[in-house]
Amino acid sequence: MNATVEVRNLRTHFFTRAGVVKAVDDVSFSVSGGQVLGLVGESGSGKTVTGFSIIGLVDPPGRIAGGSIWYQGQDLAKLSEREMRSLRGNRIAMIFQDPMMTLNPVLRIDTQMIETVLAHARVSREEARRRSRDALGMVGIPSPDERLRAYPHQFSGGMRQRVAIAIALLHNPDLLIADEPTTALDVTIQAQILAEVQKLAVEHGTALIWITHDLSVIAGLADQIAVMYAGRIVEFGDATTVLDRPLHPYTHGLIGSVPSRNKRGERLRQIPGMTPNLLSLPAGCAFRMRCAHADVACEAEPPVEPRDGRDLRCCHPMDQAA
Amino acid sequence: MIAWSIRRLVQACFVVLAMTVIVFVGVHVIGNPVDILISPEADQAERARIISNLGLDQPLWRQYGYFLYDALHGDLGRSFVFNEPALKLIAQRMPATLELAVTAVLFAMFLGVPLGLYAGLKPDGFLGRAIMAGSILGFSLPSFWVGLMLIMVFAVQLGWLPSTGRGQTETLFGVPWSFLTVDGLRHMLMPAVNLALFNISLVLRLTRAGVRETLPMDFVKFARAKGLSPARVIFVHVLKNIMIPVVTVLGLELGSTIAFIAFAVVTESVFAWPGMGKLIIDSINVLDRPVIVAYLMMIVLLFVAINLVVDILYMLLDPRVRLERKS
Repeated sequence: MNATVEVRNLRTHFFTRAGVVKAVDDVSFSVSGGQVLGLVGESGSGKTVTGFSIIGLVDPPGRIAGGSIWYQGQDLAKLSEREMRSLRGNRIAMIFQDPMMTLNPVLRIDTQMIETVLAHARVSREEARRRSRDALGMVGIPSPDERLRAYPHQFSGGMRQRVAIAIALLHNPDLLIADEPTTALDVTIQAQILAEVQKLAVEHGTALIWITHDLSVIAGLADQIAVMYAGRIVEFGDATTVLDRPLHPYTHGLIGSVPSRNKRGERLRQIPGMTPNLLSLPAGCAFRMRCAHADVACEAEPPVEPRDGRDLRCCHPMDQAA
Repeated sequence: MIAWSIRRLVQACFVVLAMTVIVFVGVHVIGNPVDILISPEADQAERARIISNLGLDQPLWRQYGYFLYDALHGDLGRSFVFNEPALKLIAQRMPATLELAVTAVLFAMFLGVPLGLYAGLKPDGFLGRAIMAGSILGFSLPSFWVGLMLIMVFAVQLGWLPSTGRGQTETLFGVPWSFLTVDGLRHMLMPAVNLALFNISLVLRLTRAGVRETLPMDFVKFARAKGLSPARVIFVHVLKNIMIPVVTVLGLELGSTIAFIAFAVVTESVFAWPGMGKLIIDSINVLDRPVIVAYLMMIVLLFVAINLVVDILYMLLDPRVRLERKS
């Protein structure tokens, strides 16, 4: 199947006074229509910046320093701001982590939806309103006509995220980037939103990039999983392959850290240490300071190599070490 | 909404009533006008006659009672000095001060908000820094000095603008206004700029702070992720959020510019602008009680009215306030 978006060797760096922060460093993956890619990693691993790079919203001092993002034969990294704007919210949409903050508190829902329709389609206001109402109905908001006239503070968190999703889906985008859209929500709401987004993505043939730190969310949702660590993808492959037989020690640690896998009374497992400071990354494998299998070989940057049905960036995969 | 309005009105009445007491007592504490008004040569009988004419022989509580009774009938007393109704004196001077203050606040709004917006969007650019540096001058330079400098440069050296007076006026609703004639506008420009300087700086800094605070918000990024034009993001999504504090400050500014003689009187003196500021200072000097009391009452009413308008604007701007008020 042809990929909707193909990211090749993407580098997004932040040129701060203290030095260059390589938030995204040589990241490659692709995702196709109707497919869900789970982008997993701890906070600060570069998942969100990867999402912003694709939609072209990296704020200064950050910028795309290298690589390409291919969408319909054009490189998004090289498009002008105007060309990018015509794609944003139209062909490529994004939803954010905190639904309490994504909607403008002083504008009514209809204002915020209609402006999105009118930004990309030459239609009348009535038509734009009709489309907005239909979109609200589609994401499961009762009496959408009434709710259109409401303000964001009159909605619960889950409802606000539904509104955000409805806005993102107004133009049936080819790619939807979801940046931890359920982390701020209750578990029950989370499940509803997950099911909703998955259904809509399949129905419309939308490619979905689901950014999360929560493996249990991604397990049932993603077709493919990319595990990021310190700006790099360390393991990328089919969801079942990666989750059932993780080869990178970091993936292994992440899966081990999910509390539900623990036996009662057993001490919770964790990955020792903290995410490294991106300003002073050590040479070689970024994970070696926290890795039980690290040795001299890890002081050289491990290349990305295909292994057991996935791309792996590790000198000491778990199957070898075990 | 109606219940809220009534509550606000009742509140306002109590504020005004409380102010009458404070003002009346306060004015009687600062000095006895008899000492100033009556010539030293007057004999005892004449003295007593004048004092009883002015009603100053009555005990304070009775004087207050008369004042309150008259005030309710629209009479705030006669000036001891001019022997004219105090209200009439003030009403004659009010338009001059009012148009000056309103123009100054309009300057603050139409210069302060755009400049602050620019400085907020381009905080590291040369112009953005220059605007901020300039605003510090606007804050700290004493307004009488700026006024004199303006006159020096634009009236004396360049001869572009007249230095004093209101210029030609046009009558509207039976009141002379300067802003209706070109000559009047030319006369108004310098004092208005002088008055506005502080307000522009304040509004500018407030707007800039708001922009800096609002820009990193998720809803701004989301608005951009929707593919909206930068103009729409800034003028609708950002600006509408910032306007709430700006409107509050502009309202207070309008009130204080009119009321606080500290600003108005200095500017009015420097530019010989025949407004209320000059009248009130003169009246305080000769202890012309009715004029002082009437003036302060007008100011209280003005403040109450401005605050009411600001509250209503609040509700229009911020839907969250609207909801609270309803419940």
